[in-house]
Amino acid sequence: MMIEQAKMQSLADRMVQDDVKGRSPWADARKRFFRNKAAIVGLPLLVLVVLFALFGEFFAVWSNEELDFAVMGQVAQMGAPSIENGHYFGTDDLGRDLFSRTVQGTQISMMVGVVGAAIAMIVGTLYGAAAGFIGGRVDQIMMRLVDILMSIPYMFVLILMLVMFGRSIGMLFLGIGMISWLEMSRIVRGQTLSLKNREFIEAARATGVPGWKIITRHIVPNLLGVVAVYATLLVPLMILTESFISFLGLGIQEPLTSLGALISEGADTITYGTIWQLAFPLFFFVITLFAFFFIGDGLRDALDPKDR
Amino acid sequence: MTRPLLNVRDLRVTFHLRREGDWPWTPPRNLHAVSGVDFSLNPGETLGIVGESGCGKSTLARALIGLVPAEGQAEWIDGKDLIGLSPGKMMKYRNDIQMIFQDPLASLNPRMTVGQIIAEPLITHNPRLKRPEVKERVKAIMEKVGLLPNQINRYPHEFSGGQCQRIGIARALIVEPKLIICDEPVSALDVSIQAQVINLLIRLQKEFGLALIFIAHDLSVVKHISDRVMVLYLGKVMETATTAELYSAPLHPYTQALLSAVPVPDPTHDMAASIVPLAGDLPSPFAPPSGCVFRTRCPRATGKCAAETPVPSGDSHQIACHFPGPLTEEEIAAARRIEAA
Repeated sequence: MMIEQAKMQSLADRMVQDDVKGRSPWADARKRFFRNKAAIVGLPLLVLVVLFALFGEFFAVWSNEELDFAVMGQVAQMGAPSIENGHYFGTDDLGRDLFSRTVQGTQISMMVGVVGAAIAMIVGTLYGAAAGFIGGRVDQIMMRLVDILMSIPYMFVLILMLVMFGRSIGMLFLGIGMISWLEMSRIVRGQTLSLKNREFIEAARATGVPGWKIITRHIVPNLLGVVAVYATLLVPLMILTESFISFLGLGIQEPLTSLGALISEGADTITYGTIWQLAFPLFFFVITLFAFFFIGDGLRDALDPKDR
Repeated sequence: MTRPLLNVRDLRVTFHLRREGDWPWTPPRNLHAVSGVDFSLNPGETLGIVGESGCGKSTLARALIGLVPAEGQAEWIDGKDLIGLSPGKMMKYRNDIQMIFQDPLASLNPRMTVGQIIAEPLITHNPRLKRPEVKERVKAIMEKVGLLPNQINRYPHEFSGGQCQRIGIARALIVEPKLIICDEPVSALDVSIQAQVINLLIRLQKEFGLALIFIAHDLSVVKHISDRVMVLYLGKVMETATTAELYSAPLHPYTQALLSAVPVPDPTHDMAASIVPLAGDLPSPFAPPSGCVFRTRCPRATGKCAAETPVPSGDSHQIACHFPGPLTEEEIAAARRIEAA
């Protein structure tokens, strides 16, 4: 025979000896994700925005609090973006460097989005999974509570909270976190109900695996796909909510700023011809949202290929 | 005589169902999924349970393992009644009773590797076991059920249906149980794979001295694997006998009708001529017929069948029928006429 016997034999031995590395559902999903064109555009965009938010201040010549007295009073003529005086993105109406303000605004907006989505993910998943798994009366009570909370006009409550307890960033996180998990818990509960009657859950119950272990070991890992997708789509929604609140002037307070607040300021001064004050924050706002939505869509297609 | 491994007396499972939109004070409708089942199972024996869809086969299995609440008695070999045990006390017996499920892929968690799946009962019952030892035992059991031990890190979706069922069997076997309840373990597989899995089960049963409760609707599969067979209809036992006796001389009219419908692998055989038709459909389990539950479809039913519930009688061959015996030609002909009309 032409085939080398020894080589074939060693190959056969190896095939029996070594533990084969399995291809996990996550690995499959990763492959599908990287085939999605929009997602592979969104991912580097998001990475760039994150890098900008984290390291942007090292490139800034001016801090976000300093007033440039040379520019003040004639922002429309002198405050335009320029490399020479160090205002890469120009200055705002008071002569503050817009570059470092945009860096700071992006940081805050990202943080609001990520913290809001994280609260939604943790609270919503555990609440929904517990309600769905326990079922019966407990489920009824837990979900009616969610219904009641959802029926409250949250924007109204959020604005009232900010007015009553003072406009702090902590209060904003609390308010956004409190409303964000409701939708998530409903989605998770629905998924849990369909998982609960699958045979592998029954097999675990038959062998005596305790309830909380069934939730953490069998139900939550099977929910993570849906949760991850929803969380990535939730981040931009949180950013939008925060921007809206800030646009109303109730969110982040000076000297802190957020993209929403910057856009609001930029919109106010647009009649004076300082278009850059709107353009730069808006640009970062839009690409952040685009990147998150693209990635969320990509994740959804990758994780539930059936539900397209 | 040796003590039976499991002695079930008057096992009943009732589901209290509420319709969507019922008021909270509306009394729920009761569905008697299993009503008054008796049987005993010796160590190392196989009991086949057959019946139509919805006759309570799977519910019976789930009641024994404590997945659905049941009433009655199920005495284990050590004299303990398994029904109504607290979850903590039941834990000790879950080690001894394992289950194999119908859908091989659905019974495996898609996010866990085969090794994790098979090890789960072992870790649950022996939490102190060291990781290398667990892996060693998982690999040993994989070899026993005909899987390559090096595939321990693979995921369920990378296996075929037959292989998945082997994984399910390995998971049941790893805690060295005394009884395995097989809930239609082969009905989702195609015929050649069915034979492999059945023969594997028979081999493992001999090797480990397992008792099996084998639930199926395929009568020829049950015939191949069982020592004794129990026929269920609408949650009640119709007939229990040794396999040879039941298949050669069925005495309950329902068993006869059921057996006559078994396909014969012979193209010249005229099925229509041998089949005993049953009139009508399965009655609603919400309102089972009075007396004998089979009377509405029985070609031999009389007034007595409606008035009195037949009690299973006989020693090794138990029949719950007032008028047992082979159906006569006239009775079969009469049944055909009703069917044609």
